[in-house]
Formats: sequence, C-alpha cells, structure tokens
Amino acid sequence: MASNEQPNARSQKRPLSPFMIGPYYKPQLTSVLSITHRLTGVALAVGTLVLVYWLAAIAAGPEAYAHAQHVLSNPFMGLLLFLWTWAFFYHFCNGIRHLFWDAGYGFEIPTVYKSGKLVVAASIVLTFLVWLLVA
Amino acid sequence: MSLRSPLGRVRGLGSAKEGVQYWWAQRVTALALLPLVLWFMVSLLSLQHAEYAAVVDWIGRPFNSALLILLLISLFYHAILGLQVVIEDYVHTEAVKMSALIIMRFVLILLAVIAIISVVRIAFKAVLLSTGAGD
Repeated sequence: MASNEQPNARSQKRPLSPFMIGPYYKPQLTSVLSITHRLTGVALAVGTLVLVYWLAAIAAGPEAYAHAQHVLSNPFMGLLLFLWTWAFFYHFCNGIRHLFWDAGYGFEIPTVYKSGKLVVAASIVLTFLVWLLVA
Repeated sequence: MSLRSPLGRVRGLGSAKEGVQYWWAQRVTALALLPLVLWFMVSLLSLQHAEYAAVVDWIGRPFNSALLILLLISLFYHAILGLQVVIEDYVHTEAVKMSALIIMRFVLILLAVIAIISVVRIAFKAVLLSTGAGD
C-alpha cells in the first residue's frame, strides 16, 4: 500500500504506545499474574524433561532407576523440584481462573483482583502442603 | 491492482476461518489435565518411598498406564500449543520464528514419544515381574 511505502516525516515521529512491561507502566497485580502464567507455563514445559527422564529410567531397569533417584534427590534438584511444584500449582490455579474467564465469568475488576490474590495464596499453600508430605 | 474489497479479503482470509480449533484444544487439554495431574501428583507422593518393583507394578496396572498415557498426550499437546503462542508473540523475525516453532515441536514430540514408549515398556515389565520371569 502506498501509505506504507512512503511514510511522511510526521507519521514516523508519531508516538507509539509503550510496551506494558518496562518503566512506563506501574506493574499491576493483573499484568504480573498474566505474565507469570506464561513464565510458569514455559518453566513447566522445561520441567517435562524430568518427568520423561524419570519414566525412561524406570523403563530402562532397576540400576537406571536407582541412579535417577540419586540424581533427583540432590539438593539443587530438590530446589528445582520445589520451584516446579509452585509453578505447577500456580499454573493449575490460574488456569482454572482463565477457564472461568473463557466461560464468561469473573470479569468485574474487584473479582479479577480477588481471584488473582486467591490464586497466589492457593499456589503457595498447596506447594507447602505437598512438600510437607515429602519426607 | 486487486478488485477485491478489503471486506472481501478479510472474509476470505480472516483468522476466524480457522485457528479456533487450537484455542479450543488448549482449553480442552487444560480441562483434561486438571484431574489427571492431581491424580499423578497424589500417586507420586504415595510412591516416593516405593521399591523399584512396586513403582513398575503401579505404572503397569492397566488403569494407571492408560491414565498416564492420556496425561502425557494432553500435557505435551497443551505445552506445544502454549509454547507456540509464546514464540509467536515474542519472536518477530520470520525465519527465527519459523525455526523456533519447528524445533520446539520436534523436541516436544520426541519427549512425548519417549515418555509414552517408556510407559508401555514398564507395563510389559510389570507383566514379566508378576509372572516371575522379569529382571
């Protein structure tokens, strides 16, 4: 289109809406929770490596399984598994929140904030609950 | 010069023509994953101190193998759809975006197949162990 090929000087200087993440906007609970949903999703996709490794080790035999148990029980892996547990519960709870939105419920601003806080609290409580059962 | 009106172009090529199935698939896999991952997490907690043979036996039970394979299919399909949206949103160089999308799919499908084959192998192993012919 002609207007795209020859932009005049004025249209080039036109201010653009700044990206929501950066120094221009104050972070809000809503936007922070939204990007966290994506980040935890990506982290969990990476975490599938552990699930696949665990299953493959069991399939390979008792020695491979013992080795996997050893690898997964070192403190660094423990920390990663703890963080993955939180990522899982966050993505799980916030996913339910998203499903309610998809169904058309919970769009009122006070509700959005309330459900957001509930998701954060639930994800933390559930993570500690699970790790209390890991002994 | 095209004689097609902008409205005609939109009607013919607009995103509403296709693509909605992926939006739906993301939600339907999410719904399937809600009970599946909870079941898996509770099972993992109950298996944490189990011997190798007990883990093999548990995964090898038909109901458990079936649910595990369903979990793996839903999980990896959900992950592929999610990562695809993330890549499409943040990678704007066409060649890089295309490569990232293809590599991501290859890797996740490879992981899914390894995991499913492992479950099937474990199920066969469980039969051998229960008849006393296994390792």
